[in-house]
Amino acid sequence: MREFGYHKAHDVPGAVALLGADPDARFLGGGTNLVDLMKSGVERPARLVDVRELPLDAIESTGDGGLRIGATVTNSDLAAHPEVRRAYPALTQAVLAGASGQLRNMATVGGNLLQRTRCGYFTDVTKACNKRAPGSGCPAIEGEHHNHAILGASGHCVAVHPSDMGVALTAFDAVVSYQTAEGTGELPLADFYLPVGDTPHRETALPAGALITHLTLPPAPVAARSRYRKVRERASYAFAIGSVAAALDVRDGVVREARLALGAVASRPWRARAAETALTGAPADAASFAAAADAELAAAKPLPDNAYKVTLMRNLIVAVCTELAEEAAR
Amino acid sequence: MTTAAPRSTAAATPPAGAVGTAHTRVEGVEKVTGAARYAGEIPFAGLAHGWLAVSTVARGRIRSIDTDAVLAMPGVLAVLHHGNAPRLETDYIGMLGTRPDPTCTVFQHDRVPSMGWPVALVVAETPEQAREAAESLVVDYEQQPHDIDFHSGRPDAVGLDGHMPAVTGKGDLEAELAASAAVVDAEYTTPEEHHSMMEPHAVTALWDGGRLEVFDSNQGATWVVGELAKMFSLEPSAVRVRSEHVGGGFGSKGVRAHQVAAVMAATVLRRPVRVVMTRRQMFSLAGYRSPTAQRVRLGADADGRLRALEHRSLSLTSTVHDFVEPSAGHSRVMYDADAHHTANQVVRLDLPTPTFMRAPGEAPGSFAMECALDELAVKCGLDPIELRLRNEPERGPVSGLPFSSRNLAACFREGARRFGWAGRDPRPGVRRDGRWLLGTGTAAASFGAGAGPSTAVLTAEADGTFTVRIAAADIGTGARTALTLIAADALGVTTDRVRVRIGDSDFGPAMIAGGSMGTRSWAWAVNTAAAELRERLALGADIPPEGITVRSDTTAAVGALARKERHSYGAQFAEVAVDLTTGEVRVRRMLGIFAAGRIVNPLTARNQLVGGMVWGISMALHEEAVRDRATGGHYGADLAGYHVATNADVQDIEADWIEDHDPDDPVGIKGVGEIGIVGAAAAVANAVWHATGARHRDLPIRPDRVLRAAAEKAPHA
Repeated sequence: MREFGYHKAHDVPGAVALLGADPDARFLGGGTNLVDLMKSGVERPARLVDVRELPLDAIESTGDGGLRIGATVTNSDLAAHPEVRRAYPALTQAVLAGASGQLRNMATVGGNLLQRTRCGYFTDVTKACNKRAPGSGCPAIEGEHHNHAILGASGHCVAVHPSDMGVALTAFDAVVSYQTAEGTGELPLADFYLPVGDTPHRETALPAGALITHLTLPPAPVAARSRYRKVRERASYAFAIGSVAAALDVRDGVVREARLALGAVASRPWRARAAETALTGAPADAASFAAAADAELAAAKPLPDNAYKVTLMRNLIVAVCTELAEEAAR
Repeated sequence: MTTAAPRSTAAATPPAGAVGTAHTRVEGVEKVTGAARYAGEIPFAGLAHGWLAVSTVARGRIRSIDTDAVLAMPGVLAVLHHGNAPRLETDYIGMLGTRPDPTCTVFQHDRVPSMGWPVALVVAETPEQAREAAESLVVDYEQQPHDIDFHSGRPDAVGLDGHMPAVTGKGDLEAELAASAAVVDAEYTTPEEHHSMMEPHAVTALWDGGRLEVFDSNQGATWVVGELAKMFSLEPSAVRVRSEHVGGGFGSKGVRAHQVAAVMAATVLRRPVRVVMTRRQMFSLAGYRSPTAQRVRLGADADGRLRALEHRSLSLTSTVHDFVEPSAGHSRVMYDADAHHTANQVVRLDLPTPTFMRAPGEAPGSFAMECALDELAVKCGLDPIELRLRNEPERGPVSGLPFSSRNLAACFREGARRFGWAGRDPRPGVRRDGRWLLGTGTAAASFGAGAGPSTAVLTAEADGTFTVRIAAADIGTGARTALTLIAADALGVTTDRVRVRIGDSDFGPAMIAGGSMGTRSWAWAVNTAAAELRERLALGADIPPEGITVRSDTTAAVGALARKERHSYGAQFAEVAVDLTTGEVRVRRMLGIFAAGRIVNPLTARNQLVGGMVWGISMALHEEAVRDRATGGHYGADLAGYHVATNADVQDIEADWIEDHDPDDPVGIKGVGEIGIVGAAAAVANAVWHATGARHRDLPIRPDRVLRAAAEKAPHA
């Protein structure tokens, strides 16, 4: 482990200034991912700027029915917030499906979005990885990939994004706000993560040196009836092999509005817009749900050992939508 | 009672026996308050820290090591490697009857036989400096092609004896199979599995007045002292190994690379040197359970009586040291047949050497054989318990020896009663609870009840208390507490008058905490010494200030034990829920009923048995070390990538035992360390079949495998 400097920031402009333009400096939130990566040598920052005590730990109503969530709100506090539980239940479920109680108490909302893939080639500095060492290759494609991407991947990287929280936020059109030395900016989550292409090491559209200050969840009445289901290789404390965040507005047996996002299938939380389009106006039945899943998964390009994910995601979409439709019919 | 007791004798009226009553750990408060010091956290003045550098190629030669750059780094004191390390004696036979694994006799040559092979030790003033330097060390390799491809049918597989003969056989297998009304012929596989105990391997070595002092985390001070003395050509009396508290071992904590490297560094630097393995290093340096590929063929009459049994197991070992995972051993003591053939084979690959891991042989072997019996029960239209009861052997199927006690049938009867087995619908795939299909399964378990020679030292102190000294190891089993209860009963006093000191090679040779033999072996020595001490005290002499001390040695008594099939037994039951749309499997209920001799401390015995069963859930559903074929190294070698069962995976679980009395046995204690895992994975896999109708013969039963099996069945459904 390389020796590093540590600075604690007390306000947002101060944090941004402390980081400056130093490519070897990193913001430290809960440290639940960054510190692991430092121990394994994947990250070797010269300086850490601790942002955990910034005054960004509030969850406030936006007045129009949405929520503004500070970047240093812990995962635990986000999941437990009464308005989150009432208006965006899938978000609470997604957060609680991730990590462990101890980790959720430390992990921050901003850090959760910026966590790195758990691909075992990325986390092992003795192995090649285009994300960690651009140009070194992607051994997962020919090697171990049974939990890798089926959507949106490239020949340069097939890693998946590990966040559960991000999947629900993606379904609900969250917007990321940030600050740089030049001022503030916003990125819809849909544009926050960059396509993999031939630059898998470039993961987000955040400008260099930017600090995430908060997220905004726009009002979404459909989200009040929403659900997150996660499948993993043990009952707890494992990253997803597939997950679905879904919200359905069903009236008179017809889907009026649908929100659908998929986890553990791509380099980012995957908004299933093709499925949403197929669902809107369709009868709320298993056949529609299956057709919607097929519409989304038609683009899937599985590798030899992760083809099961196509079946898994299809089944999950049908199961979760069926549960929501049954709930609506009650 | 303590104050009233006469000073010169044990209590006149023996108290009610301590053995058999629940007793919390005698060191429990120390452990839960953090006062207990483990090997990696004992403070020493002038301590230096060593960090192992390991190979990044799976096969080759070290061309050069750039030590200069690293020696210039802050705090770095030395870099030991094959070019400058002390020479070791490696031509000897150790306590376990084998030559040392070259993985442990470090830095003696330039060859690299596997990924993660120790190539250097970097020593520095702080662990951070040592780690940074070790990870910066540039080693230039001449890389050679590697072969890590483990699969059945390898033409270079060879029979290897290991701790039991490679091959046993009687009868005409093909003829009996041909004459059988029901036949099972199936291959089962288990993956590479790791011990993954909480406490990593850790050691501090130092020279003190011409004596080598080693503070270590191990499963037997006698074992480690013997190996280190031989390697470094020292008198055994010139080496002292202490191992006060051990955070788990499961077979991997004998002598390993880190202890040898630490002794080298302490010798070169004349300073105390500590070496602790990282979790990732443990995956390549601490040993592991070999994957297995097992073929089982069974033939039975229509009534289920076995005519033919064949169990062939393939495991792997390194190219530098032989180790056999003897999975076929399970069938040698469990079931008889007119034609009975078993074989353990290995293939030598460019991988680290495997080692003993909780229930070696029995854990994977029972998975294959107990699943095959379940398949046979279906073919015969018999209840799987009934099939086993109809095949209870009179004598050891291979040895022909009588059983000392064999209470497997009683375990099944009691287990079936408590689990609610009676009236079970044998049809698969017909019980549903919402999205979950439900099923139940069972399997038999056995594990050998051996003993190893041990010495114990007992002192009657002048204050009326007693001190027991024995080089036992408490690796989390509760051995220290068990020996306290045993000594109290043997001396006829209450436990508060007994202090037990363990984990110190100066107490004399003793059996390791291994093979489920620890408590049985140590109790034997303690009982023997206590009997002699009571005789001495009965003479009525005053106890001098230094106390009265007696010493026992069970070598002759253990050697004189009548040859019999000595085992503990168990019946495992599991209820699972399977979602065929997601592939998720949950073990809702598990019950194990065991016949394991006299249970010393019900509290810690239950803990061990349940722990083994939890590991069985893990083995069935989660555990699997993944190898990257291209590099020959691991993929995801940490506890995020290597899944063990979490609390949420363990729902309703219970272990209990039945009376298991053997009047001819001098100790009466068997062992509970390993039998809990035996058969557990098979019970889960058999329950998955009962739930879904799909046989899972490859572990672990991952969601993708369940989904694939469901897809394969769908066209016929």
